[in-house]
Amino acid sequence: MQAREQWMERILSDLMVDIQNLTFSRGERLIYDGMSMQVKRGQVTAIMGPSGIGKTTLLKLIGGQLKPERGDILYQGRSIPKMSRAELYQTRKSMSMLFQSGALFSEMTVFDNVAFPIREHTKLPETLIRTMVLMKLEAVGLRGARDLMPSELSGGMARRAALARAIALDPQLIMYDEPFAGQDPISMGIVVKLIRELNNALGLTSIVVSHDVPEVMSIADYVYVVAEKHVIGEGTPEQLRQHASPLVQQFLKGEADGAVPFHFKAAPYADELMELL
Amino acid sequence: MFVNRLQRLGADTIQTVAGLGRATLMLIGAVFGKPDVRKGFPLLIKQLYVVGVLSLLIIVVSGLFIGMVLGLQGYTVLVKFGAEGMLGPLVALSLLRELGPVVTALLFAGRAGSALTAEIGLMKATEQISSMEMMAVDPLRRIIAPRFWAGVISMPLLAVVFTAVGILGGHLVGVDWLGVDAGSYWSAMQANVDLYQDVFNGIIKSIVFAFVVMAIALHKGFDAVPTSEGIAKATTETVVTASLAVLAFDFVLTALMFGG
Ligand SMILES: Nc1ncnc2c1ncn2[C@@H]1O[C@H](COP(=O)(O)OP(=O)(O)OP(=O)(O)O)[C@@H](O)[C@H]1O
Ligand SMILES: [Mg+2]
Repeated sequence: MQAREQWMERILSDLMVDIQNLTFSRGERLIYDGMSMQVKRGQVTAIMGPSGIGKTTLLKLIGGQLKPERGDILYQGRSIPKMSRAELYQTRKSMSMLFQSGALFSEMTVFDNVAFPIREHTKLPETLIRTMVLMKLEAVGLRGARDLMPSELSGGMARRAALARAIALDPQLIMYDEPFAGQDPISMGIVVKLIRELNNALGLTSIVVSHDVPEVMSIADYVYVVAEKHVIGEGTPEQLRQHASPLVQQFLKGEADGAVPFHFKAAPYADELMELL
Repeated sequence: MFVNRLQRLGADTIQTVAGLGRATLMLIGAVFGKPDVRKGFPLLIKQLYVVGVLSLLIIVVSGLFIGMVLGLQGYTVLVKFGAEGMLGPLVALSLLRELGPVVTALLFAGRAGSALTAEIGLMKATEQISSMEMMAVDPLRRIIAPRFWAGVISMPLLAVVFTAVGILGGHLVGVDWLGVDAGSYWSAMQANVDLYQDVFNGIIKSIVFAFVVMAIALHKGFDAVPTSEGIAKATTETVVTASLAVLAFDFVLTALMFGG
């Protein structure tokens, strides 16, 4: 009885994703050490951090493609790592992910790529699918490129086509991995506006992973800065700008010299140079 | 030192067994998954074309040459004993029992198997498989199953084509060139080839080889390290492992079918 109440409470709570004490390593390398993070329903939550810190890894953990060593990841109150394969596939129908590389299917045209999730998960007639696909492509400014193959697109175009595919089925949670990378100022504007509008109009929840500080600060409701296996700073963009931590300030201002080492862990530079002599 | 080596041996064994377990689970997932006819059928047709039809040329050309060589070699031996009338059965039995299924499987591993491994490895490297999983579409059903069945269906058919063309090749050399009597070529063949013992057994071999080659090719692609070196390595491994496995299975099957 009590368990049931707790369950109801979780479902009704406004947490979409709740990461609790997550520990994960890639081979020998510890990526996260007891990290916690919450994503509220209906908000745009941004995750920022230096390259190679494990942001893509985090999204894959939320999607259930990787399993944490310790800790738990709750999605709408249910534990992702404990789900069976069938439950996981069922759950994934309500989420969607824009991959850093785009990951368009190379054997299909842009149109078929965007139509793919609709065709797989619905039985809609082809005329309706056509309308839906053209709408999504129009939203990312690629309606004219619908008959091209992915290999004929530029990097930025491929990313936007992948974005159209990610939003094809209006999921409840969208995870964007570096949506702004490789976009010119105009398409950048389109993407920023699109992410914000989708979130407001459809009431979905967004997680945006990015290094582009000004864009993130302009659309996010809540921001986490991740470094050194932990969350080093969190808050609304306003709160972050006032954040006391020098690490956070260094990251936001993009200074190479500061509290955060900018380089991948290595022996001292001078020592390595001396070795050659 | 010794303990270390023992440890490494243990780790390698576990890894190998785990790998085999994964391969088996994958195969079972692809074979026994309930097929969705509406979506699955067009995918199967497409793969039948890519895997089967596009392999036809190499199969026909190789079959022709192997049949011609058999005709020539067989004739030079048989004519010494005045038994050139038995050229028909010699060519037909060699092809039906051994060369048809085996050479087809080896050519198929090199032509279609390596291409499948590379294709799937590249899909993995470019995160297409990951993104399919995230769209709640099972890549085993969507990518592996149609390719697997296309291979299993087309390889025995290709072996039949190979054998038929080979017999014609033997005819070309033995009858048309070296002057063996056409009537005895065909009639001795008819008299000495048994439908069950020779034709069916050859087809059974070919079906077994098809399962083996497809399982290895698809597993190597799916398990490839997603980098260019990883894919290159996986592709080579497909050809080597599949060829050796085919030859090993051939011995076992031959012993079972004709040994008793
Ligand atoms: N498949 C893998 N196997 C082993 N290690 C990996 C693998 N993928 C990533 N890593 C390691 O995990 C760490 C985190 O990788 P991840 O891709 O999550 O970083 P990221 O924060 O997304 O970086 P970027 O901002 O450059 O995209 C990296 O140091 C990388 O070396
Ligand atoms: Mg990344």
